[in-house]
Amino acid sequence: MIPTAFEYRRAGSVAEALSLLQEGGPEAKLLAGGHSLIPMMKQRLAEPGLLIDIGGLDELRGIQEDGGEIAIGAAMTHAEIAASDVLRAQAPIVAETAANIGDAQVRNRGTIGGSLAHADPGADLPAVMVALDATIALLGPNGERKVQAEDFFQDILTVDLAEDEIVTGVCFQACRSAAYAKLEQRASKFALVGVAAALSLDGGTCSSARVAVTGASSHAQRLSGVEGALAGASLPGGAADAASGAGDALDFVNEDLHGSEEYRRAMTAVFARRAIEAAAGRS
Amino acid sequence: MSEPVPITINVNGRKRSAMVEARLLLVHFLRESLNLTGTHVGCDTSQCGACTVLLDGRSTKSCTVFAVQADGSEVQTIEGLADGDELHPLQDGFWEEHGLQCGYCTPGMIMSAVNLLEDNPAPSEAEIREGISGNICRCTGYQHIVNAIQHAAERMAQS
Ligand SMILES: Cc1cc2nc3c(=O)[nH]c(=O)nc-3n(C[C@H](O)[C@H](O)[C@H](O)COP(=O)(O)OP(=O)(O)OC[C@H]3O[C@@H](n4cnc5c(N)ncnc54)[C@H](O)[C@@H]3O)c2cc1C
Ligand code: FES
Ligand code: FES
Repeated sequence: MIPTAFEYRRAGSVAEALSLLQEGGPEAKLLAGGHSLIPMMKQRLAEPGLLIDIGGLDELRGIQEDGGEIAIGAAMTHAEIAASDVLRAQAPIVAETAANIGDAQVRNRGTIGGSLAHADPGADLPAVMVALDATIALLGPNGERKVQAEDFFQDILTVDLAEDEIVTGVCFQACRSAAYAKLEQRASKFALVGVAAALSLDGGTCSSARVAVTGASSHAQRLSGVEGALAGASLPGGAADAASGAGDALDFVNEDLHGSEEYRRAMTAVFARRAIEAAAGRS
Repeated sequence: MSEPVPITINVNGRKRSAMVEARLLLVHFLRESLNLTGTHVGCDTSQCGACTVLLDGRSTKSCTVFAVQADGSEVQTIEGLADGDELHPLQDGFWEEHGLQCGYCTPGMIMSAVNLLEDNPAPSEAEIREGISGNICRCTGYQHIVNAIQHAAERMAQS
């Protein structure tokens, strides 16, 4: 499987990548880890005329914690995120989710920026970013723009990102009492249904919660019914009740050879319960 | 048509320079330009791991990387693993524990195992199975592969 011919440029800086994007117009595409884009190019589902490689840019790298806020650069690989001491200690949900993406080779190449920009309906990190109320930082010709994760993911493979913008990173508040649970497709490990839950706990009582689902629907989104039911619930005992209506409340549910709509709705409730229980058990 | 691009990749300790089409995959550069046919193509769809090499020390499916992306990097293939006539402990482990049948998956399996033991020198059986989950073997049923990696881990711990 040979992709259509294209021109390759390795950007030396984010500024250079931005100007190459402008020059290339609709023909241009950014290349990070390539683990979504190259398979699509081999199948000729994508035929960019210009690839701008941003995979190695130092400006897009790093994981920093400052006063409880954690920032991750867009070019950090899933393997680097999984191995980060800062994340393991202060936002273990992020490190654990990254550690369960695909396989070792995929994690060595795939990046968080690529995963969020691509927004595969079965991708894991989008749900985690929505649950953590993360801010996604974008840079374009007119400067920086910040978008909340829940507004960023809009539809299947569709995000709030203009053709001439780059995702530079994400940031979110440190949070220990959060967990992600997924029903994975056995071969690829993409989520048939994945739920991320981030809880504010007061002893055994949940004061507020953010819960998001991926895999079940066209894009990662909040489960507001579950969030409402969790406010004031005592945990872990109340998890099953709070999660019970999760799947039925979704407007649109995917259906494919891996799972029917009915199955995915049922599993959304099951994995919401598991994510909530795991998050509650962690504080 | 786009212009050929000059690349230089350090492959198994030797600098290799060439003019390549940007769309040339790393696996085809290794196999067809350099004749390093130990790296196999199984699925060509990023799933089987037969094409796994080390790119700057990390296991990578070379069917999912363009050769131009590896410009300036170091690549290690199965051909670069032995030290002269002395097999790498993983190669020895696969020999001793019968870690292969047809051998098609073996180079990729071994390169993945190199990365695994680098990150985790004493993996449990479950960790070994997770570590090679990006590599598919149609013959062995995996048990002998797991044994081979355990054998190598023990030998490497002793030396
Ligand atoms: C076998 C296999 C199994 C997988 N399993 C899983 C899984 O279990 N869970 C999961 O979540 N994912 C999985 N993935 C997807 C993997 O995580 C991808 O690496 C990831 O989705 C894309 O990241 P990338 O860096 O490879 O992006 P690329 O493929 O380089 O780019 C993807 C898209 O994002 C754009 N882009 C990249 N970076 C930026 C940026 N900084 N700003 C703006 N746009 C950008 C590109 O232009 C392109 O359109 C799997 C992939 C494979 C091949
Ligand atoms: S040939 Fe590369 S993963 Fe199968
Ligand atoms: S030995 Fe035949 S595929 Fe693994």
